Amino acid sequence: MYEILLICVIAIITFITRVLPFLVFKNKAYPIIEYLGDVLPYAIMVMLVVYCLRSVDLLSGNHGICEIIGVGSVVLLHLLKRNTLLSIIGGTLIYMLCVQIIFI
Amino acid sequence: MKKTVKEAFVASIPVMMGYIVLGMAFGILLESNGYSFLYALFMSLFIYAGSMQFVAINLLVSGASIINTIIMTLLINARHLVYGLSMIKKFENMGALKPYMIFSLTDETYSLLVSAKAPEGCIEKYYLFFISLFDQCYWILGSVIGALIGSMLTINTTGLDFAMTALFVVIVVDQYLNSTKHLYTYIGFGISIVSLLIFGSDAFIIPSMIGIVFSLIYVYHKGGQYRV
Repeated sequence: MYEILLICVIAIITFITRVLPFLVFKNKAYPIIEYLGDVLPYAIMVMLVVYCLRSVDLLSGNHGICEIIGVGSVVLLHLLKRNTLLSIIGGTLIYMLCVQIIFI
Repeated sequence: MKKTVKEAFVASIPVMMGYIVLGMAFGILLESNGYSFLYALFMSLFIYAGSMQFVAINLLVSGASIINTIIMTLLINARHLVYGLSMIKKFENMGALKPYMIFSLTDETYSLLVSAKAPEGCIEKYYLFFISLFDQCYWILGSVIGALIGSMLTINTTGLDFAMTALFVVIVVDQYLNSTKHLYTYIGFGISIVSLLIFGSDAFIIPSMIGIVFSLIYVYHKGGQYRV
């Protein structure tokens, strides 16, 4: 029973963090909020890339070689073909080959 | 409508791979801690937050207190505040679908919606809604499958979760090619790297979001060519 309660608490708090900006800035047109809405995605998307790669250790182990090859092939594929699905599937396959076969 | 659903499905495919794999990882972990697939279903249906659900397993297993659970949830999900901030305008015309759009705003859905433009002949509102809905379906599907059959799975899926990283990389490349607002990309990159070096991989996300928001406000007040 306690576990169900914990899950409900987590669900409610998670929703609050999602809904709060919409409640706070409801019905008000602040130019700065419009500005942030426009430019934040640029800064946040690159931050999410850093977030995904946060555990890569450049100084030991494989020195992040698989991640460098993986990200490199995604960028290269995308610059060449501009096809989102191809870039993601291709890059992921190359990365999987790298971690599963070449460097274990 | 049929075309809208179809186009939304195509747009959501990148997240499908990532979510089914990550969802399965979550389901397998949950099941191995002695919880049935009903827990996976319930959590993915009502919490629907990837990293939070992984942490939730620890909270459940250790029987954490309510206060601890609240603090942990706030810390991990504080980044949602920033996602909402940049979706206020986009969700303006969602009508009755708006509560669901807000509820389902995960990192991955955010990344799709940020760049989503309804193709010719699609209804914008439903296009965005179905992208969000498909994403949650993948997550629920993955976590339930993981909890049900995870322990029998023999395919080596190591590295498959890189699909998520690849999705984010593609979006950054697209943003870079399609706009001249490179300054904001540099700010985001610079601050997250500095923050990662200072605070370490477990704690850097909130300091970097605060740093990013304040730097962007600073740039705004400096005005000039970067003002919208």
